[in-house]
Amino acid sequence: MGSIFSIQQVINGLQVGSIYALIALGYTMVYGIVRLINFAHGDFFMLGAYAAYGTFFVFNALIVSKSGVTAFFVLLASMAAGGIIALLTNQLAYRPLRYKPKLSSLITAIGVSMFLEYFLSALPMVGPSYRPFPDVIPRVNIKIGTATISNIVIIDILVAAVLMVGLTLLVKKTALGKAMRAVSQDKDAARLMGIDIEKGIAFTFLIGGAFAGAAGLLAGMTYPRIFPYMGIQPGLKAFIAAVLGGIGNIPGAVLGAYIMGLAETFASAYNSLIGEGIAFAILIVVLLVRPTGLLGEKTADKI
Amino acid sequence: MKKFRLPRLLIVSAVLFVVIQILHSREIMNGYILHIINQSLIYVILAVSLNLINGITGQFSLGHMGFAAVGAYVSGTLTSLVFKINPSSPNAMPLFILAIVAGGLAAAVIGILIGFPSLRLKGDYLAIVTLGFGEIIRTVFNNIDYVGGPRGLLGIPKFSNFPIIFAAAFITLVVVRNLIQSSHGRAMLSIRENELAAELVGIDTTHYKVMAFSIGAFFAGIAGGLLAHLLTLAHPTQYGFIKSVEILIMIYAGGVGSITGSTIAAFALTFLSEGLRIGIRAIADTTGLPIGGEWRMVVYALLLIFIMLFRTEGLMGNKESRIITIEEAD
Repeated sequence: MGSIFSIQQVINGLQVGSIYALIALGYTMVYGIVRLINFAHGDFFMLGAYAAYGTFFVFNALIVSKSGVTAFFVLLASMAAGGIIALLTNQLAYRPLRYKPKLSSLITAIGVSMFLEYFLSALPMVGPSYRPFPDVIPRVNIKIGTATISNIVIIDILVAAVLMVGLTLLVKKTALGKAMRAVSQDKDAARLMGIDIEKGIAFTFLIGGAFAGAAGLLAGMTYPRIFPYMGIQPGLKAFIAAVLGGIGNIPGAVLGAYIMGLAETFASAYNSLIGEGIAFAILIVVLLVRPTGLLGEKTADKI
Repeated sequence: MKKFRLPRLLIVSAVLFVVIQILHSREIMNGYILHIINQSLIYVILAVSLNLINGITGQFSLGHMGFAAVGAYVSGTLTSLVFKINPSSPNAMPLFILAIVAGGLAAAVIGILIGFPSLRLKGDYLAIVTLGFGEIIRTVFNNIDYVGGPRGLLGIPKFSNFPIIFAAAFITLVVVRNLIQSSHGRAMLSIRENELAAELVGIDTTHYKVMAFSIGAFFAGIAGGLLAHLLTLAHPTQYGFIKSVEILIMIYAGGVGSITGSTIAAFALTFLSEGLRIGIRAIADTTGLPIGGEWRMVVYALLLIFIMLFRTEGLMGNKESRIITIEEAD
């Protein structure tokens, strides 16, 4: 394998970082707009993976598999599942608590997360055990210099990049994106300007959930297995990435996610126990030294 | 002239204790129910001590079971590996109590360590950091081979019995009650209500936050030790994040800031949980449907969501029963 910092490790780190980035974006956008740590976000990721799994088998049964077409619809299904469940969660569980103390939303989010995980493990057709994830796209290994890279790695990094460019365009160029930014800056002023706040929040959940769903598909293809609790660890890591970048800040989440991905890959290559704990170590150091994260802005306490 | 008042909590507790002892000795109540009562009492200790941190002082902590894990492992290691207590020897009980207290003190030290970051962090950031600490504690025990690693610490002697657990729960209630009704408790409440204002009137917020964390952690450690000596093992998975959330559900169901509520909810939810376990198994057996134990947690999760949506203030709200409180002299 060579040294800890080989090209192979850098590419692996970028791949892990890409998956974290897609999840972290949803965390950071939701936090930016409603100031809520959406604990259930990792479960939207898990639901995306399960939706992809189901869609793949339906497609394989219905039509003779054309892997490109199938892959496209599988991606669409994973994003739709993540997005719609996120939207429903917002409307049913978070919206009634919008003007109650913030902690009640946080606890509700923990409840939603537990519900989604245990509900899927309780369903007889899903169950709590691991399932192997099918090869949506046949795995091919490419040799570049000393490193061996599978095409899945390249797909992970590319899909994440394309989605992130799309998000940037949406947030920066469209009226909807402008409304979302306005709501996250100042809700009351946005309302006075005639912006439908709830619509902005709903779209944020929809997009964040869809990104998490897509990440679920990518993670399923990468570590080819899925299970109902698969969202807990990546969700926590992605949240830490968002805090590291400065929560509420979109480029910060992506930066934080890639840093986390690389740090974790290098640390695991060194020692697996350190790899397990490095995320929390990073979190605690960041919160103690620079609680607003790398790109976050400092806000003063209002008296 | 001050009127003499009967210590109500002491009387009610004594009556309950005697009734349960008699019911058990006459075999009206079987060992299984007594076991659930023991577990409920341990959850009372956990919920009341978490309520001191979350409900009274307003410092949202998600890693309470981490403290319990410290207590369980430290006391379990002492009794089973260090003292190697012979259950029939006359000094078994004193050594056991010493081990439990040592577990509590170790947890309190960890509580002080975790209390410090809380000085800088608020609300959901604190929640995440305490969650992280809880997971780190669990991961550490999972990787120490001396205490069994992922297999858990096995062969802990079964020293916890109803009188000891009952006494521990009673002491926890009295200490936390007295603390809340003292000037220290008022200072903690003021931090919950408005930290900035509390600081401006000269309350040493740092001191009281660390105090809440260390006392809460101490009792959690005691509870962990008692649990380990009741189940005769300590296993890393017993102290995960989901378990911390179960304690959290208890204090929110009972009412944040009400130790009466925490006590009632600890009993109600422990019995509900066992009831669901039996009920689900019975349904699965009679209908032949493949219904797993996961449905128990589905019900739990829905319960948490509905409490938050429809009765955010919990069963008791912010109120205490008159059994718990000391009446103020007029």
